[in-house]
This record gives sequence, C-alpha cells and structure tokens, in this order.
Amino acid sequence: MTTLLTHLESLRSAGRKLLVPYLMGAFPQPDAYAEALLAVAEHADAVEVGLPYSDPLMDGPVIASAGERVIRDGAGPVRVLDLTAEIESRVPRIVMTYYNPIHRMGETEFCRRASVAGFSGLIVPDLPLEESESLRSVAAGDGLAWVGLVAPTSPPERIAAVAEATTGFVYAVSTLGVTGTRDALAVSARRVVAACRAATDLPVLVGIGVSNAEQARAAATTADGVVIGSAVVRAVLEEGAEGARAFLAGVRGGLDTL
Amino acid sequence: MSSASRWPEVTERGWFGQFGGRYVPEALMAALIDLEDEWSSARNDSAFARDLDGLLVNVVGRPTPLYLAGRFSELAGCEVWLKREDLAHTGAHKINNTVGQILLARRMGKTRIIAETGAGQHGVATASAAAYFGLPCVVYMGATDVARQHLNVVRMEMLGAEVVPVESGSATLKDAINEALRDWVTNVTETHYIIGSVVGPHPYPEIVASLQRIIGDEARAQFLVATGRLPDEVIACVGGGSNAVGLWRAFYDDSDVRLVGVEAAGEGLDRRHGASITAGDAGVLHGARSLVLQDAQGMIAHAHSISAGLDYPGVGPEHAWLAESGRANYVAVTDDDAVAAFRALASSEGIVCALEPAHALAHALATGHNGGLVLVGLSGRGDKDVATLAEYVEARSQ
Ligand SMILES: Cc1ncc(COP(=O)(O)O)c(C=O)c1O
Repeated sequence: MTTLLTHLESLRSAGRKLLVPYLMGAFPQPDAYAEALLAVAEHADAVEVGLPYSDPLMDGPVIASAGERVIRDGAGPVRVLDLTAEIESRVPRIVMTYYNPIHRMGETEFCRRASVAGFSGLIVPDLPLEESESLRSVAAGDGLAWVGLVAPTSPPERIAAVAEATTGFVYAVSTLGVTGTRDALAVSARRVVAACRAATDLPVLVGIGVSNAEQARAAATTADGVVIGSAVVRAVLEEGAEGARAFLAGVRGGLDTL
Repeated sequence: MSSASRWPEVTERGWFGQFGGRYVPEALMAALIDLEDEWSSARNDSAFARDLDGLLVNVVGRPTPLYLAGRFSELAGCEVWLKREDLAHTGAHKINNTVGQILLARRMGKTRIIAETGAGQHGVATASAAAYFGLPCVVYMGATDVARQHLNVVRMEMLGAEVVPVESGSATLKDAINEALRDWVTNVTETHYIIGSVVGPHPYPEIVASLQRIIGDEARAQFLVATGRLPDEVIACVGGGSNAVGLWRAFYDDSDVRLVGVEAAGEGLDRRHGASITAGDAGVLHGARSLVLQDAQGMIAHAHSISAGLDYPGVGPEHAWLAESGRANYVAVTDDDAVAAFRALASSEGIVCALEPAHALAHALATGHNGGLVLVGLSGRGDKDVATLAEYVEARSQ
C-alpha cells in the first residue's frame, strides 16, 4: 500500500472525513508561497499542489489565472517542485499537473524529482487510463500514489478499471465542467460517489465545484471527503494565508460534525 | 470513404506510429468512444455515404476544379496546377469536414454544435452547416483573430452563430481550442465539438482526414485526365494539417510523387513562427502526442504567422508521423514570402487566395522544381485577409 493510502485509510477508519485542499504552487507569489501552503495544510489531511501550465484546459478562470500569474512571476514546474521541497511538511502532498510538462521532462525524471521534493501522490487530469500505464508504473517505483479520476460520464466498466489502477484515492468529479466555484453542489455528485463505491473500497473524495463548508459537508455525507480548489485559491488571493486558514477551519468544522 | 490507400494506417487507439493517442480528461472519454463507434458505423452505412455525397455536391459545390495556372507557372519555372478549394462553398476546404461531422452529430442525437476557429474559415463552414440543419452553434475564436479576420466574424454572426472571443494565452487558435474543449467538458452530453483540423484526440485526426481526402481523390483523378500522368510534387500549407493530408492521402502509395508541407516561418525561424514540424519537438497538446513548439519545461509557446490559420504551435499527429517516416518533407515560408506569392498569384491569375495557401505558392515559386509538374492545394480564398494585407502594405510603405 502506498504511504498516501495508508495515511488516508488510518484517518478514515478513525471516523474522520478527509479534507484535501488544492493550492497552485508558488502562489500567490514565490516569496509568499510557503506561508500560504502552511496555512492551507493546517486543517488538511493531504494537500494538492498544482504545477503551473500554459494551457490548463480542465481549469476555470480562478485556477487558470493563478497559473498565469505564477508563470509571469517566472515560476515554472521545476521551480515549484524546488520551492515546495523547502517547505516543512506535516501532511502528505500530492502533485497535480497536466501531462506535457511530465512528457517534456521525461516520466522517469519527473517522478524522481517529485519524489525527492517530498510528494507522495500524483494527479494528471488530462491523462486517462489508456495513456497512463507507463507513468503509473514509474510513479509506483518512486512511491507516488496514483489518483484516478472518475467523471459523471464514466460508465461502470471504466470506473472499475480506474479504481483498479488507483493507489491513492478515487477522485470523484462531482459535475461536468472545469474547476471553479459553484452555487450549489451538483446533483450528480451523489450518483458518482455511489458508482465509485460500487466499484471499490478505496477512499472516494469529491472534487470540482466544492465551494464552501456547507457543500463540503453535503458531499462528505456519502463520500469519504472532499477536494477543494478554486475556493481555496480565491481565499488566498483575496484574504491572504490567514483568510484561507480560516476558510478551511470552517470546512473542517463542518466535516467534523458528520 | 475511399477504398484506396491504407497508408499510413491509424491503429485502433488512434496512433500514427508514436504520435496521436487520446490525452483528455476522463469526462470526455465516453464521448470520444461514442464518436469512434458512430464513425465506424457511419462509414459502413450506405445511407450516410449517400447523404454526405449529396451535401458535397449540392451544398459544397464539389467537385472543385483543377486549374492550370499558366501565367503563374511562367513565374515559377514549372507547371503549376491548383486544386481550387477556394471555390468550395464558404471559401475554403474546411466545409468538407463540417458537413460530414454535422451528419455524425445528427446521428448521435446531439442538439448543439461548437467549434474553434483561427482564420474564421472553419467557423464560417461550421456555422453554415449548423444553419443548414437548424442547430445552434457557438464558435470560439482568439481575440487577436477576431480583430484580424473581422469579415469572417460578421459572416458567422449573420449565419446565426455566437462568436466567443478568447482572451487567454496568445488569444489565437491554440487558446480557442482550449476554450472549446472547456465548453465540451461542460456540455458534452448534448454537444458535438466539430474540430477544424486533423488535430485533437482520437478519433478526430482520422475523421477529419477521411472527410478531407475527397480533395486528393478528386485532384489525382483530374490530374491524370488533364496531363495523362501524376504530378512530381504535391504542395500544401500546414496549420493543423487538414488540407494537406486531405490532398495527400490519395498520393501516399504513389512513391514517386513528392509531398511537401509548408509551415509558417512567420518573422523567421529564429524569431516568432508557427513551424511545429520544422522547429518543434515531441509533446502533448490538445489531446494528442505530436510535434509542438514549447519551452524547456513543456510550456506551449506562442506561435506567430501573418495567416491566422497557420498561427498554431502544434500539428496533427499524422504529419508528425509523415515527417518521421520521410514520406513527406516540410519546409517553412516567412510572412514576407507568403505575401509576395499572394501578390504573384493575384496579378498573374486574377485569384485572391488566402494567406495560408500563399505559403504553399511561395514554395512553388522558390524552387523551380526542375521544370516538373507541381500540384498546389489552394485551400481558400482571401477576402478575409484584405485588412491584414492593407496593414502589411501600409507598414512597409512608411
Ligand atoms: C484557407 C485555409 N487554409 C489552410 C488552413 C490551415 O488549416 P489546415 O492546416 O488544417 O488545412 C486554414 C485554417 O484556418 C484555412 O482557412
């Protein structure tokens, strides 16, 4: 079992709902990133760190412009890995990146660097099961857990195959669409979680469009936890590290009532 | 559609050698698999073939002429024949693809059409096909292209399409495709995305190439009738690469026929350009592994070309494969040389062509081709480019 999964399983069996916030690496600026990441990690069970990419086609405006800002500040994927490595880590970190930066660096070199930088999991939103075989095997060799994504359009056979390949948690995409906050949790979220449950005993976390404590709580009534991205990035941008910490404390509080 | 060449053969999962594949979010996988299934059933359905042929004849106006450019040939020092896709309905080859894909969309019960466009020709061709079938249509277009291809924006709007300007990144074709993909991920259940070139995830490169090969199937037969032989060289401009593979597929097995793809060298290969094959390397963009312009960390570069349709930092996987295998050769032509060739054609033949195929003409002019027979894909007409040309002329006259 991967260290990420062992960690999540032990929390889950203790009855805790899992909170995995996302932060764009080197955001809001390279010199303010450490403070932001530590604040975001405080109430988290694992943290997802995004690598900036020029063409983030699964991202809505909040995360896409965060990435553009980081790139303008001169921080590419390599710099984000290096910066992250220097920041004290209390919970596991998962690196989230589009595939081309991995392809460019080479799968072997990328996984080695991510592992050296202290990451224990990997999410690649534009790499479906069929194209990810070699990366999954390289990642496994470097102790990086694979997080498989399941969408509302995934038929049962695909869900089973994704779950089979997953060695971290199953990322249940709540709704069709790109990252971004929504007014309400999609009705499809519950159905996607149920379909994942039918296929696997792995932890199932709901992500994409989970925007506040109430929605997180609603999602986690059936799921094992949530991934929150745009709302966290926006909190860091608008209210600073302290604001993000307070936002996630509220989410944590809601989850802890379940 | 044709029984002719099976070369290069695309594998079941969409690979042209080591290029192609399907690098997309999980949310799109089911739709791509459906599309692939629909495409294979349509290909074996005589009713689909009949419907498509009817549209190609009555709507598109096929076959397009093969034209001997006599006075231009004198300038080139070789016999230059033009395949006149500029005379197809809406003014470019793009419509061959959109009428076919809209038939597929209808078979799949899709009720909404989206597309990206660079030069606006694919957007106009999509809007026209959507209007013909009464389907709502949204076209994503980079803000830079909205400005420089204004005529086509007006045409799309008159055809009833909604044109959405895209401000992100380089605000050109690459970014329009990103935005179309974001729309598709959100609305995939009822929407069909008509991609405009032989790019994107499998099965798009294969579908678009199959729908465009009518260009070469016609041209090859016309050439034989007109000259009694095959051309020595077949030249086409390459943006994403659809008019080029559309023209070339019929010639793949004719090993004596040289295939030359012309990319945009823009301001020069040491400056800003769009020459992904000549100057790029392997990468993954818009759902396929191909050749792309990128930096050392895999950030996609901003391309540049005076022609919006060649202003793209990637290319279809079939071209990457043709380049690697050596079946086709690729060269790059600058903005200046393309404009000079545009003018040469206009003044020698009375044809105002698009700036994209002007790149192919520039290559025909440049080499002389030992006096041989040359076939050039004249992929579109140039009305859309008059503002760009006026600006170009004005900037040079100062
Ligand atoms: C007239 C014309 N030719 C060529 C192209 C380039 O596309 P492709 O390489 O797919 O033929 C375009 C694209 O907009 C075009 O409008």
